[in-house]
Amino acid sequence: MAEQHAPMLSLRGLTRRFGGLTAVDAIDLDLGKGELVSIIGPNGAGKTTLFNLVTGLDRPDDGAVRFEGQDITGLSPERLAAEGIARTFQLGRVFGNLSVMDNVLIGAHTRLRAVKPTVPVIGPLLELGLALLRPASVRAEEERLREEVKAILARFGERLLPRIDQPAYSLSYANRRRVEIARALALRPRLLLLDEPTAGMNPTETAEMQGLVAELKAEGLTILLIEHKLEMVMRLSDRVIVMDEGKKIAEGPGEEVRGDPKVIEAYLGHGLSGTTEQESAA
Amino acid sequence: MSSWLDYTINGLIVGNVYALVAVGLALIFGVSRLINFAQGSIYLVGAYIGWVAVVRLHTPLPLTIIVVAAAAAMVGLIIERFGLRPLQNSVRIAPLLATIGISFVLDQLVMLTFSPNPRALPSQLPDVRFQLGGGTIGPLDLLIAGVGLTSALLLFVFLRYTKLGWAVRATAQDRDAAMQMGVDVNRVNQAVFGIAAALGGVSGMLVGMYYNQIDTAMSLQATLKGVVAEVVGGAGNVPGAVIGSLLLGLVESYGVAVFGTSYRNLFAFLLLVVVLVLRPSGLFASARQAPPEPLTGTFIAPSRPVRIPRWALLVAAAAFAVLPFFPVSSYVLQTLINAWLLGMLALSLTLVAGTMGQVSLGHAALLAIGAYTSALLSLTLAVPVGLAVIGGGLMSAALGTLLISPSFRLRGHYVSIATLAIGEIVSLVILNWESVTRGPIGISGIPPLSLFGYDLISPFSVYWFSFAVMLVLALLQGRLLGSHLGRSFRAIRDDDIAARAYGLSLNRYKSLAFIFGGFAAGVSGGIAAHLYSYINHETFNTQQSILALTVVILGGLGNVVGAIVGSVALVGLPELFRIAAEYRILIYGIVLLLLVRFRPQGLLGTI
Ligand SMILES: Nc1ncnc2c1ncn2[C@@H]1O[C@H](COP(=O)(O)OP(=O)(O)OP(=O)(O)O)[C@@H](O)[C@H]1O
Ligand SMILES: [Mg+2]
Repeated sequence: MAEQHAPMLSLRGLTRRFGGLTAVDAIDLDLGKGELVSIIGPNGAGKTTLFNLVTGLDRPDDGAVRFEGQDITGLSPERLAAEGIARTFQLGRVFGNLSVMDNVLIGAHTRLRAVKPTVPVIGPLLELGLALLRPASVRAEEERLREEVKAILARFGERLLPRIDQPAYSLSYANRRRVEIARALALRPRLLLLDEPTAGMNPTETAEMQGLVAELKAEGLTILLIEHKLEMVMRLSDRVIVMDEGKKIAEGPGEEVRGDPKVIEAYLGHGLSGTTEQESAA
Repeated sequence: MSSWLDYTINGLIVGNVYALVAVGLALIFGVSRLINFAQGSIYLVGAYIGWVAVVRLHTPLPLTIIVVAAAAAMVGLIIERFGLRPLQNSVRIAPLLATIGISFVLDQLVMLTFSPNPRALPSQLPDVRFQLGGGTIGPLDLLIAGVGLTSALLLFVFLRYTKLGWAVRATAQDRDAAMQMGVDVNRVNQAVFGIAAALGGVSGMLVGMYYNQIDTAMSLQATLKGVVAEVVGGAGNVPGAVIGSLLLGLVESYGVAVFGTSYRNLFAFLLLVVVLVLRPSGLFASARQAPPEPLTGTFIAPSRPVRIPRWALLVAAAAFAVLPFFPVSSYVLQTLINAWLLGMLALSLTLVAGTMGQVSLGHAALLAIGAYTSALLSLTLAVPVGLAVIGGGLMSAALGTLLISPSFRLRGHYVSIATLAIGEIVSLVILNWESVTRGPIGISGIPPLSLFGYDLISPFSVYWFSFAVMLVLALLQGRLLGSHLGRSFRAIRDDDIAARAYGLSLNRYKSLAFIFGGFAAGVSGGIAAHLYSYINHETFNTQQSILALTVVILGGLGNVVGAIVGSVALVGLPELFRIAAEYRILIYGIVLLLLVRFRPQGLLGTI
């Protein structure tokens, strides 16, 4: 349970309304360091909206988000990326015209030091100057990151490495999802949020992805996972949270949650849609 | 006191006219999320058809209105069918560029048919004024008010009580759902474009009668005013567009009352920029909404750039460098000098619009800032010309970036509107800030180019100078694209949400792109000022912005070599074929349209 770990992320009463609809309704959640917690729930339950609130892409109407003891409610996504929060997107948001290499390098953007001096006011101008002049320190940094990107891509076997210079739009759907995860890893995240990483993947690809997530977990990464494939959720999660119509309706170890009548009811009430392949709007 | 009432009446009447344009824009935006930059051109066409009807055919007023509405509607239908429908499944930048191209083609066609000189459009109504409270009102005021109210009523009945009207509303609410329910979206688009064009055309005719003058500059003004009103009211919101229009009419009218006529447009554009910054979804939008444009999907056409071997580029550069040693006429050199100057502007625009995805329609303003700065530095402060040109580049980088920064939060079409408006603001400030810019008189006697004390007067030296400057800028830009900044710019262009989630600050990187691009454009303007020796507020106009945009699309968005090839092609080919100046702009517009339709990635491909 969460108390074993120092709480890394904690949400309190997090709420987001769209007009009359409460997409996220007073959600409380604690995530310990190194934990992997899954969020499941039928379509439209508010899972993606919850991710948006945690990563700063949307602001809550109510409630608070704390990350490593710091109140981060309403901070910009740029700031949160710098704090070490990385995410992937449900529909896949790779940079279509950038090569695989460049996509993943963008993931390492917050870690650029040599080319981005932290000088107030004229910092951006120095960045422009350094980008044009490219002194040895800048070139070395870029070279180091490129090597690192290759190492990250190698985690996906031969899926991405041979395509490293291809533009992302030319990749298969599954490969684009992999690029997204590689990009997130390049940030060296302290907290990783994965929004349906296996959506649109066949069983073999799903198994591969599951293996990768398990590896990341074993390496000690703290992960919040949205996933419809219950099999995978059951195997990976320390805890499962079930959402329906914005509310948290159950929380606990996978097997326990699975048998909860409220959960069965929520899924049945939505025609079991949650267990099939989803590609609805993020 | 009485004059205030007059200004109020005037504001409401003018607002009524804007409403006819803005409602059409709102309808179109509602169903297709598209800001139709050609709306002003239809308004222009309406005004000239009105002129033909009244002056040549002597039609009675009711018939005039019907003829204008019908003819304008036809134009609208043609635009929809042949200009936009083929682009339905293209990338988002395509319809935006298409309406810009269509607008240019229509304006030029009107100009070629009727000459650019203003014409009188008599109102066909008795010239009397009635006392009303403390002010006066004429029959034309009443007619405009009447047309406005009647159109609003007809539109309301159409949208509310007809099947097609229901389909329009359904499509505006949720296009996909409407299609699933069997709504024929093409028919909806047709209806909307037809109605929008009819309203726009009638509006142009009424304005012509109101001021008893029509000319081809009306088009851009109308597009801008309509868009301002529409955005103020909330894009796609039809009643909002009406209220926004009346508000705009009043703001302008009171502004004129207090500050004088030459400030009329300034108020309109300031209103736009303020609304875009403070409430980008309009004054009447609910507090926080989903963003007005879809978040996903690429903005520009994906493509692989054509790889040109380095040696080929070197050979080409060397060939152009030694060209003056061969017996070429100074006419050829002059043409190429123009191409190099345009090349610098195109480098700037291809970075901003192509690499960064901010389709700027006000890029000529950067030329103007650079030109005025360089001219004034060398004239009034006796700064050496070489340094003055660099000063022009720096000023353009700084001021241009500062002016555009309010629009950094905007996307797609909104950026284009904002830059168009900012371009207009710059030229209005140049016109009105007489103590510095010498106002409408312009600046004459600008010293020629010189470097280290040597005047560059011969065509050879000017040729080498401009070629070398362009080459340096191109090399720098190539280096920029190869750095982490190039990839950051392109990431923001492809998906700004994902880019922010990975720590890329939009303000920071858009600023850097505009600083670099502003410098190149400012240098180009500075050099031009010293070549022309005379500049005024019209030297650098929207036509140059559109020409640069065509060059950029032709060469391939973001493509450095493409920008230069495109400049040489678009400056050189018309010269080669001796195409008369007035047809050139028409041809640029047509080239733009053909490219968007058949080769959106340009000659050398998007980078
Ligand atoms: N920007 C928005 N504006 C209005 N409503 C929204 C917006 N974003 C999400 N919603 C609504 O909020 C609800 C929750 O959506 P969300 O995408 O968070 O669900 P989800 O649990 O991720 O579903 P799925 O499993 O389909 O991905 C839905 O009803 C959705 O329509
Ligand atoms: Mg979701």
